[in-house]
Amino acid sequence: MDVSADTLRSLHRTMLTIRLFEQRVAREFRTGEIPGFVHMYIGEEAVAAGICANLRDDDYVTSTHRGHGHCIAKGCELDAMMAEIYGREDGLCKGRGGSMHIADFSRGMLGANAIVGGGIALATGAGLAATVRGTDQVAVAFFGDGAANQGVLHESLNLAAIWRLPVIYVCENNGFAESTPAAYATSVADVASRAAGYGIPGTIADGRDVLEVLAAARDAVARARAGEGPTLLEVKTYRFMGHFEGDPEKYRDDEERKELTANDALGSLEARILADGHASEADLDALRGEIEAAVDHAVEFARASAFPDPSTIERYVYPEQVAQ
Amino acid sequence: MAVATERSLSMVNAVGEAMRQAMEADPTVIVMGEDVVGGAGRGGSKENAMGGSFGATKSLYPLFGGTRVRDTPISEAGFVGAGVGAAAAGLRPVVDAMWADFTGLAFDQIYNQAGKMSYMFGGQVRLPLTIRVAMGSGLSAAAQHSGTLYAIYTHLPGIKVVVPSTPYDAKGLLLEAIFDDSPVLFFEHLKLYVAKGPVPQDPYRIPLGVAEVRRAGSDVTIVAIAAMVGRALEAAELLAGEGISVEVIDPRTLSPLDEETILGSVERTGGLVVVDESPPHCSVASEIAAVVGEKAFDSLNGPVRRVTAPHTPVPFSPSLEEAYAPSVQAIVDAVRTIC
Repeated sequence: MDVSADTLRSLHRTMLTIRLFEQRVAREFRTGEIPGFVHMYIGEEAVAAGICANLRDDDYVTSTHRGHGHCIAKGCELDAMMAEIYGREDGLCKGRGGSMHIADFSRGMLGANAIVGGGIALATGAGLAATVRGTDQVAVAFFGDGAANQGVLHESLNLAAIWRLPVIYVCENNGFAESTPAAYATSVADVASRAAGYGIPGTIADGRDVLEVLAAARDAVARARAGEGPTLLEVKTYRFMGHFEGDPEKYRDDEERKELTANDALGSLEARILADGHASEADLDALRGEIEAAVDHAVEFARASAFPDPSTIERYVYPEQVAQ
Repeated sequence: MAVATERSLSMVNAVGEAMRQAMEADPTVIVMGEDVVGGAGRGGSKENAMGGSFGATKSLYPLFGGTRVRDTPISEAGFVGAGVGAAAAGLRPVVDAMWADFTGLAFDQIYNQAGKMSYMFGGQVRLPLTIRVAMGSGLSAAAQHSGTLYAIYTHLPGIKVVVPSTPYDAKGLLLEAIFDDSPVLFFEHLKLYVAKGPVPQDPYRIPLGVAEVRRAGSDVTIVAIAAMVGRALEAAELLAGEGISVEVIDPRTLSPLDEETILGSVERTGGLVVVDESPPHCSVASEIAAVVGEKAFDSLNGPVRRVTAPHTPVPFSPSLEEAYAPSVQAIVDAVRTIC
């Protein structure tokens, strides 16, 4: 695929930001300072980066419990994201949501979602809103292979198909629904093949190659913007870490992990950028340093932010309480 | 109070008029649900064959067309969830889920998504979604087409619950619900659909959380919900013949609940009977009883009485169904135990 140097560098920046952000979250999580639990996106960066590179600020995404990567790719600020993960007042959701419920409506990021498949119908509705308003906005529903077996996906695919809604259903097939292999839980080898049941295109991209994801998403987004309806896009990917931080991962196969992590999309992209002369080792080191500094800043920002005042526990249940 | 008007409408036409006027006022209002058009896509006279299972949406499709008035497949999770997402993305959808009992199929979309988004996201999002459902026993519609379920939704933070008992209230409350920025469950009782009452033509709104005193009295307070308001008024009339003065309060919305009006009444009368056509466990009747027990205990001259359905699904056979919803006699009997 023919892509510009700027595009390659932009994809790389997004993927590296996700990687470094997630590595830091994992590290800080082990200190006990981050409440609750976190689900790392490491290994899957090419999906969020490749898809969201085709989106505008006014397009919508719905995300999953493993949502940090989608937030970053959709343009959320690292400081406010990290503060949310730390449960602080300066977080994107003022500490009311946490890692599994980060949202930034100003960026069209309609929320990470801790119900498997929970965002799928919402993205369908966001696509409906665009259709009713007559705009060319699109909506992307990110979900995992686990959600591929939720009824709401099937209801949503059907609804989007009959109404030709501008929605891209992106299945991030990372091989496991928590510990249950997709190969066991899913009746077909490729989730994308289920698109045939709804008369819509079902395409597959290799999540080890961000350019393949980019190209597949470009086609699907173009279709959606042109009013030609939804696409089910399955990206074969692999999560390098556990379902959640602290997962003993006894269901994993070391050989399989070794093989799949060896084909890291981020590493492949860096190799290509270097080989094509779009950046030097020094440039990449400088970029890494810049992002590490931004992540450091985000952690400092989060730590310096106050916890929400307990007297505000009832605020935000209803919108009229926002102004209080 | 109903303002003076010559015009009478049924509740089903009153809610239809509210939707029409909301759509005229605001292009982001859309209506979708099963059979809200009927014969969708068939064209000609076959299209708009239903206008809703009970005819409430009949006037909408010819006026606003298929972009804003949409028949959905029978897939409640999908289309209620799409309503949630459309609301989050700036529309004001009015979703017809047909029967309260069917909302179970979309419960995650209502409970985990719509109801929690404002809070989880720190107040970033408004969710102006209205879900209309029919409810209530009395038509031998049997166990899966008769439940009230408003107690379930009253339990949920982030959701508002409306239970009109007159055509006038139905129109004003539905207009308010559509333009409210929270998800609202709007319950329309089947037994109240046909009876006509005064309804002004112009749009008007009734705020959520304001009860209506349907009959003033001094000896005992009855709080009655939806179709039970009429039975409470009948009971009050009978009791008046025995010299018992009954105040009848229609809360009109269960979430928010107008506690002030209820407590103020009980403080004057010293007695409370709550009439609720639902199973009693964790019911709205129980909630109102608890509120009064906590906040007006010293005013009570006797125990609070709940007059509810039995703790069963709604039965089919008319002989059983007749025994399901609280009767006028049961209300009278309950009042007599404390007066």
